[in-house]
This record gives sequence, structure tokens and C-alpha cells, in this order.
Amino acid sequence: MEIDLPFIWAGIIAFAVLAYVIMDGFDLGVGILFPFFPEKHERDVMMNSIAPVWDGNETWLVLGGGGLLAVFPLAYATILPALYAPITIMLLALIFRGVAFEYRWRTKRAEHLWDMSFIAGSTAAAFAQGVALGALVQGIPVANRAYAGGWWDWLTPFSLLTGVALVIGYALLGATWLVMKTTGGIAIKARRIALRTTVATIVMMGLVSLWTPFLDPLYLERWFGWPNILFSGLVPLGVAGCFFLLMRGLFRRRDVLPFLSALGLFVLGFIGIGISFYPYIVPTSVTIHEAAAPDESLIFLLVGALFLVPMILAYTAYAYWVFRGKMNPDEGYH
Amino acid sequence: MFENFDALLLARIQFAFTVSFHIIFPAFTIGLASYLAVLNGLWIWTRRQVYLDIFNFWKTIFALSFGMGVVSGIVMSYQFGTNWSVFSDRAGPVIGPLMGYEVLSAFFLEAGFLGIMLFGRQRVGEKLHFFATLMVAIGTLGSAFWILSVNSWMQTPAGFAMNEAGQFVPDDWWAIVFNPSFPYRLLHMVLAAYLTTALVVGAVGAWHLLRNRAREKAGVMFSMAMWMLTIVAPLQIAAGDMHGLNTLEHQPVKVMAMEGHYESHPDGAPLILFGIPNSAEQRIDYAIEIPKLSSLILKHDLNAPLDGLDTIPQELHPPVPIVFWSFRIMVSLGMAMATLGLWSFWSRRKGRLLFNRPLQRMALLMGPAGFVAVLAGWITTEVGRQPYTVYGHMLTADSVSPISAPAVGASLIAFIVVYFAIFGAGTFYILRLMGRLREEDLQDDIKEAPIRTAGITPGPPNPHRHEEMLRGN
Repeated sequence: MEIDLPFIWAGIIAFAVLAYVIMDGFDLGVGILFPFFPEKHERDVMMNSIAPVWDGNETWLVLGGGGLLAVFPLAYATILPALYAPITIMLLALIFRGVAFEYRWRTKRAEHLWDMSFIAGSTAAAFAQGVALGALVQGIPVANRAYAGGWWDWLTPFSLLTGVALVIGYALLGATWLVMKTTGGIAIKARRIALRTTVATIVMMGLVSLWTPFLDPLYLERWFGWPNILFSGLVPLGVAGCFFLLMRGLFRRRDVLPFLSALGLFVLGFIGIGISFYPYIVPTSVTIHEAAAPDESLIFLLVGALFLVPMILAYTAYAYWVFRGKMNPDEGYH
Repeated sequence: MFENFDALLLARIQFAFTVSFHIIFPAFTIGLASYLAVLNGLWIWTRRQVYLDIFNFWKTIFALSFGMGVVSGIVMSYQFGTNWSVFSDRAGPVIGPLMGYEVLSAFFLEAGFLGIMLFGRQRVGEKLHFFATLMVAIGTLGSAFWILSVNSWMQTPAGFAMNEAGQFVPDDWWAIVFNPSFPYRLLHMVLAAYLTTALVVGAVGAWHLLRNRAREKAGVMFSMAMWMLTIVAPLQIAAGDMHGLNTLEHQPVKVMAMEGHYESHPDGAPLILFGIPNSAEQRIDYAIEIPKLSSLILKHDLNAPLDGLDTIPQELHPPVPIVFWSFRIMVSLGMAMATLGLWSFWSRRKGRLLFNRPLQRMALLMGPAGFVAVLAGWITTEVGRQPYTVYGHMLTADSVSPISAPAVGASLIAFIVVYFAIFGAGTFYILRLMGRLREEDLQDDIKEAPIRTAGITPGPPNPHRHEEMLRGN
């Protein structure tokens, strides 16, 4: 059997995007939740809980973009112009929140300003990513190897819904992260928020899932055609399982379980999107094979990726391990 | 409001603006990461407190600059797609994997170990902490390696073929990565980054020495920085010369623009020191020139013929005045750096390095010179390779996305506003941190720093105390 390089690469890119979504997801979520924690000492602890890792988390976004350029240049060259506005907003928002990590410790007078910048940046980045995802799901027209749609095509009720959904989902990740990493008042409040955002996240997943099949007959067939429904039926079952574990963790005070279950919800949602897309990479215009760079490019980078990605995962895991456990509220380099 | 503008021009301005802002941070952090690794190593080796203190001082500044570099860099990695999608589609199979290697081998290394370097000394112990610092330094150099390989390939493309979709496809990866201009450009840029950092470190040291404050720390910084200049500035001039000869071989038109040679010189070209390029008339007005010196520098022969821009169709000329000026700015600053290095060496030999106030004033004045020189150098090479993106094969005008001017214009304005506000604030905070080298400044630092080993106990938080200190100085 011949090795299907574009398919392998689609898997690696999907993995990078998923890694980005869940890792930057929780630290964006912490930013989204800042308004619910008005006390300075709470915010200090919250920010210190993600400060050592946010930078690595965001690197997965660069891998997603850079990887797409390397192995699916046509997808990169059509998706980004189609999502011009949401991508630009996301980039600007990431600037506002990224610098807040350092700036807010450098000033007393303007501290609230950088808190605002952190909140607005995190929320806008999450929203823009959700909108971009929705716009991608609803399809991008391509002609002559170029984006062939209008400048406002990305803005639809559906993409706004996915934008809101992702903000809520990230808030859930952030809340369960805080449950896991903090103690005392912050943890109590975070547990309450986690409870509400879990319910809201699942409602949103339901709404998006109900809407998606009607965007394109392809999706309808993919989800509800026979025998696909046997497999796609497993996704809601998995969601129910994660919901159960999440609640159990919250009520029984098993503080790691909610975070892992919330990650599970994201993985399932991601698989759902994957089922809808395949074999397209730009739905429903360009397939994985059409967008792929020549095999020489795919092999060259694959050799490195097979060696380097496990190493990256190893030292990323190590970095998380170094900062494991509950936060000591008095620690932090700042 | 942008209907009357050209989307291509706006996209070019946007790229020039965002990449110029971005390069400032790597130019500083590449050198600073290595400096931190050296300081950390010296601390472990000698156990002199001053090295640890300087390390901690620059570590905070590094964190700020690195953060700004990361966020402005993410913009770059997506702007290829939003504004230059045709280029991305066609050149992606060649340059994409190189950037992929940059992310995999360098960005993750930096980002993964940065947290440990900044926050983890107590948690992982000194040895591992030093290892993390080294990894960050190696990561910054690795990212320079790959991104300069990409840029050099665009300047001197090699090792590729074209497919029927019009894409550049890889043929020989070794030839692509180590394309003809890459080794020179890499060396020139890494040395530039080290010089930039040395100038900043030297200026901070000089500032405190001139104020007679924190003399031990300031003195160590100043001395280390001046050693760097003494050794590296002459090397950089030699590397720049080699790079120039390489450019003459592969991109002669760029050199014609740098030299201001509108006309061909069949028997020895003059070195134009100064003058005003006049593109309309295709000549240099008010030129001050040294006969035949350009031929001597470029061809090592006083009478060697040198072609001018008159041998090239006008539509393939780069914008000569920009290249002409930026090249001269870079070279003059390079010479000034070498002068500072030599002067400091002479002063050191006389044992007056830490007391030579005119020298320290010049070092202070030269603090930002590295940034200016790096920008001027990049402007020379990037404007000089116009009108191509992939030199000789793909025009800039054919690379742009099918975008409309209002979309590019609106995002351009947003980037300008945000960058000036955000990076302006960042620069302000960095400058303020640079001013706080003394123990009492550190103790008085506005945030409640929990881990300070020094014996002075911080007083109760008093928001006015800081302002009083500043006024007191």
C-alpha cells in the first residue's frame, strides 16, 4: 500500500490545531473570566497560573499557520483571504493579551488598563477564532486557485453563533483550569462558573451541531446517511460521558477531572468537525489531495516532524510538570 | 476612503511596517538570549553575585521584548496568507517547509523553555535552569537560521523546478536551504543581533556609570559590552564586505542601486560617498566621489569595468534613492560601532574604561544604533531586490492576494495604531526597567516581588515612594 502523505499531514495539522485550541483555549479562557475576579490578588494568581505556559501554547497557532503554508499552500492561500477580517482581528487581539502578561506587572497606575487589554484581547481572539471556524464550516468558494467570494461572506448568523460558542467553550476550559490550579476563594468561584459554562457549552454544541447539517447537503449525508450514523452517533454519546465526568469532578471535588473532561468535550467537537470536513480541507471547494504540496515538500518536513513533534511534546509536558499542582499564591517571578 | 489607493501598494506598506516593527525584537532578543546564557554560566562557574544580579536584571527586559517579538511574529506568519496569497500558493512548497522547521526546531524550543528560564530557577535547580537558558538561546539562533534561509532563497533562489500549476517545487533541499546568499546573510544578521544587544547593554551600563550608580553591575555590563564591540564590529565589517561581494555576483542590480551607479563604468567605477539620487534624470546630483574606489572594493582592481543601471530596463530598477540612503546609513553606523569598539579597547588598555566619561557618553548615544543599522540593512536588501519577491522569477506585483484596497487599508491603519500604542508602551516599560539597576530601585519596584535575596526589607507599599525616589534623583 502506498503511503498517503497528504492524509498523514492532514492528521498532523489537525493535531496541531487541536493542540492549539485546547492549550491556548484554557489560557484565553482565564482571560475571558478575568471580569468575574475583580480582586487584584485573584488576578495575580490567575495570571501566574498560565504565565509559564501561554507562550508555548500559542506556538501551536504558528505551527498551524506555518504548517498549512508548507504542506497545503493552496488551502493557506484561499482560507486566509476569505477570513481576512476575523484573522486580522484575532491577530490584533492576541497582541493586546500577549503583552498584558508582562506589562501589567510593570505599572501600578495603568494596571487596570492592561487588565482590560487582557480581557478584551482574550475575548476578542476567542470570538474571532469561533467566527473563523464557523465561516470555514459554511464553506469557502474557490476559483482559479484563489478565493472567489466577497469580503463579508464570513459574517453570518451561523458564524456569529460559533463565535459566541467558542468564547463560552474557552471560558469553560479556563474555569476548569482554575479549579485544578488554585485554592480557596478563586477555586470556589471557578467551580461555580465551570458548572454554568459546562451547561452553556453543551447547549452551544447542540445548536451548532443541529445547524451544521443544513448548511450543506454534504454534511447532512455525512452525519445522517447510513451507515455513517452508527459512527456519528458515538459523538453525542461521548459528549454525554464527558458531561457526566465533569459534573462528578465538580461535585466530588476531584479537581483534575473537570479539566480533563472539558478537554474531552473539545476533542469530541473537533472530531465532529473532522467528520464533516473530510476529504475537504477548504469546504467544500478543495480536497486534501488537491491542496497538498508536492511529495518532496511533504516528505522533507515529515522527517523533521516525526522526530521533533514527539520531542516538543516531551519538553512541553516537562514544562507543565515543573509547574504542576496547585498554585502557591505567593510565588511568581514578578 | 481607500478606493483611490492601490491595494498592492497598501499591502506592501503593511508588510514593510509590520516586518520592520517585528525585526526590532528578534534583533535584540537573539543577542540578549546568548548574553543571558553567558551570564547564567558565569554565575554558576564563579558564584559572583554580580553575574546573577545582571542576569535577573536583563531577564525581565528579555521577557518583555520576547513577548512583543512573539505577538508581532504571529502577525507575520499569517500575513503571507491574507495579503500575499498568490505568493504563498506558488512559493509555499519551497519556503513553507523551511518555516515549518523554524517552528518545530526553534519556536517551540524557545517557548517551551522560556517559562522555566523566567520562573523556574527555584523549582528545577541551577543546572537545569542553565540548560533552559541555553535552549532559549539556541532556539533564537535556530529561528534566525531558518527564517534567513527563507529570505535568502527568495533573494537567490536555487534548487527548485516549476510545476504545471505554476508552483515552485523543491528539487534539491540542500541547494534550497544553503542557497548562494544564505551563509553570508546569516552571518551578517547574527553578528548584527549581537552588536545590537552589545550596544544596548553598553548604553545601559554607561548610563549608570555616568550617574555613578550601581557601579559594580554597571561596570561589568559596560566592560562585557565593549569587549563584544571591540571584537565583533570589525568582524561585521568584514562579513558585510563578503555579503556585498556575494550580492554583486547574484544580484548585481541591487549593488548598482546601493552604489548609485546609474551609468556603466567601463574602466573603473568611482565610489560615491555622498550625493542625491535623481531617478528622473538617472543620475546622482552633487556627487562626492572617489575615482575608481568602487571597482577596487567590488572587484579588487582599480580599472575593472562595472555595469550600471543603464544596462537594465527601467521597469526592473529598484527604487534607487531608498537603497542608496539606507545603505549609507548602515555603513556609517557600522563604522561608528567599530570606532567605539576601538576607543574602548584603547581606554581599557590604559585602565580607564570605567572612568572615561566621553567614551561612556558616546556608548550611551550609540545605544539605539544597532536597531537603526539593522533596519537600514534590511531596507537595503529588501528594497534592493524589488521588483521581485522571488528574485528573477516572480514579481511583487504578481504575488499579492486578490484583495480590495479598503480591506488592506483598514487593517493597515489598525496595525499602525495598535503597534504604536502597544509597542510604545512596551518601550517605555523597558526603558524604565533599564533605569532601575540599584538595589534600592529593585526594592522599590512597583510590584510586590516576593523573591528577593538582598537584605533590605521592603517597606509597606507606598504608592508615592516611587515618585519621590525618581524626583530625588
